[in-house]
Amino acid sequence: MKQLLILSGKGGTGKTTIAGAFIKLSQAQAYADCDVDAPNLHLITSHTAPKHSAAYYGLPKAQINPARCIACDQCRQHCRFNAITVNPTYAADIFACEGCRLCAYICPADAVSMQPHAAGELMLYAKENETFSTAQLQMGSGTSGMLVSEVKKQLRSAAGNAPFAVIDGSPGIGCPVIASLSGVDWVLIVAEPSISGIHDMERIVDTAAKFGVQTAVCINKYDTNTQKSEEIEALCKQRRLAFTGKIPFDPKAVTAANNGSVIIDIACPSGDAVKTIYKNTMQLFLNNPIQSQTP
Amino acid sequence: MQDFMATEENSMKIAVLSGKGGTGKTLLAVNLAALAQPAVYVDCDVEEPNGHLYFRPKHIVQKPVCIKIPQVNPTLCNGCRKCVEHCAFNALAYVKDNLLIFDDICHSCGLCSLLCPQKALSEIDKEIGIIQSGRADDVCIHTGILHIGQATGIPIIQNLLLEASSADALTVIDCPPGSACIVMESIKDADFCLLVTEPTLFGAHNLSMVHDLVTLFNKPFGVIINKSIPGANPAETFCKENNLPVLGKIPYDKHLSILHSNGEIAVKHSETYRALFSSLLDAVIKEVRHETAPHS
Amino acid sequence: MKIAVPVDENTQNTNVCVSFGRAPYFLFFDTKTKQTYFVHNSAASSTGGAGIQAAQIIVDNGVDVLLTPRCGEQAADVLIAADIALYKTFSGSAQDNLDAFAADKFSELDDIHAGFHGHGGK
Repeated sequence: MKQLLILSGKGGTGKTTIAGAFIKLSQAQAYADCDVDAPNLHLITSHTAPKHSAAYYGLPKAQINPARCIACDQCRQHCRFNAITVNPTYAADIFACEGCRLCAYICPADAVSMQPHAAGELMLYAKENETFSTAQLQMGSGTSGMLVSEVKKQLRSAAGNAPFAVIDGSPGIGCPVIASLSGVDWVLIVAEPSISGIHDMERIVDTAAKFGVQTAVCINKYDTNTQKSEEIEALCKQRRLAFTGKIPFDPKAVTAANNGSVIIDIACPSGDAVKTIYKNTMQLFLNNPIQSQTP
Repeated sequence: MQDFMATEENSMKIAVLSGKGGTGKTLLAVNLAALAQPAVYVDCDVEEPNGHLYFRPKHIVQKPVCIKIPQVNPTLCNGCRKCVEHCAFNALAYVKDNLLIFDDICHSCGLCSLLCPQKALSEIDKEIGIIQSGRADDVCIHTGILHIGQATGIPIIQNLLLEASSADALTVIDCPPGSACIVMESIKDADFCLLVTEPTLFGAHNLSMVHDLVTLFNKPFGVIINKSIPGANPAETFCKENNLPVLGKIPYDKHLSILHSNGEIAVKHSETYRALFSSLLDAVIKEVRHETAPHS
Repeated sequence: MKIAVPVDENTQNTNVCVSFGRAPYFLFFDTKTKQTYFVHNSAASSTGGAGIQAAQIIVDNGVDVLLTPRCGEQAADVLIAADIALYKTFSGSAQDNLDAFAADKFSELDDIHAGFHGHGGK
């Protein structure tokens, strides 16, 4: 299964809107939302398949038994994550604890045990010829990279025979983005013509390059700042990135999303533009042979 | 506003956050700080820090942020493998009389060096990012920058907030998007949380998540709706239905969007925007006072 | 020579598992004694660093050759440090792959994937 990942670096550039359009245009048999912090793809895709949902467990977290605790303070002094609170008895903060088990090891009174901790929900909508894998991280949780890996693993095992998958990524360049890049053939970056959009695009381009993934770029709302749009196109040339098109600012795009539909469902300038981007991107994505990476 | 600056509230910390990216966090945070000066602006969006692009701070002092990772002394290591077996993250392996340490997997919890019976493991610094501090007019700007390819920005945020903690001016904290641990860390010290949203279905959905987060941490908060347009507004509907206080709206405005996309601070460019953000700042300060007043 | 293969089940006719680090079992085959045995992969359920722990199991079983469909960068670091040769499997049964290897039909694994560092969070 070839994988196309849609990323942006900066949030709110229109990743999900474009992912939604791509899924519909390609009649994708497999797609996923890897933005487990703030998943939105389910709001605009008409997945009708039955839902299977499972709790996602991160590392077990520390729990202190107050009846056994002798208040020696060893755990608090040694915890690198400031997860031990004293109020007035010793307790482990479930949000700060990373599950390293140091406190359990160091406790002379055997008062610390490691308890399973649900850190989110993993969801799969699957029927013949349509598989949608998504998840929701529990707020305040820190295991988003692992959950992203689970979303992708779930997609692979449920729809491994699908020719390709379209994946909506998460903003940023950190753990969840790195996890979502695993096994991806092409990244499409949705850039925004602004000083921060360009700054963030460069960081995500560097990130994709570091992990050896081929990258294409498109611009959303290009006419809100044509000068910055030209800068983005110039940057693509300079860095030898495929440029696959640009989308005008279009109030109808907001209306479409608010009605739970995608921009290609209605007649609008942004819908037409995304069709061109789709054509150009898919040509690269499906026709280019996968270059094997050297370790 | 004058009397505000004269009170003890002048060291107040306001966190600006939004579940969804691109709703206008930085627009609001930058303009509020520029307006309130003297002020401190802290950019906790360490994966994509953008505030400095607007302020263009001078006299920048740069500090590395490091985490501790284990280092083995091969002459002391006797291959007992206790570290390999106990590491919760599987960051160590033992092959052919050599201990392999995987920096990128290590959470720097310190367990391995603590339990090594041979005292063969010590800890060394590994740089994961930097903090840049500088000034622009009377705004002190602290920016956290995560190095490309590093997984966690949490230690950078902790250092960043420490750096800014002694400030005795209004502090605006620009948070990362989402509602994960990294956001939690950013709002930890905040006296008030400002939730920025946009009038879309996505905006409303992500607002509900970040609302859950601030509720969980018992933080007083208010909502600002950005890119407000006439007509259907799922975010505002959500606020009404759930009794969330809407402190103000920023209308969708092409000129404002161009100014911002060019890296300009809007309040410095026009009286109209100065008045707009002033009224927002006043509304926020009023709400903060109300929310944080001692209930005697 | 001892050969290892990540597999779905601990039975003779099992298929090769698509994942290395999170395979439920490893099949070990000794070409001298012609003996086969299975080991449960305790790394499969770990939150992060599964590849490293799985590679440690392979190393500890004294393996010379690993046949696998894919392998993460860090697992490869461990395996290469142990001088274990990596070869790419084709989909199908483990036995077919072992036979093909015996017939010298294999090419070395060259697509070790970077990026997935399985970092458990923060």
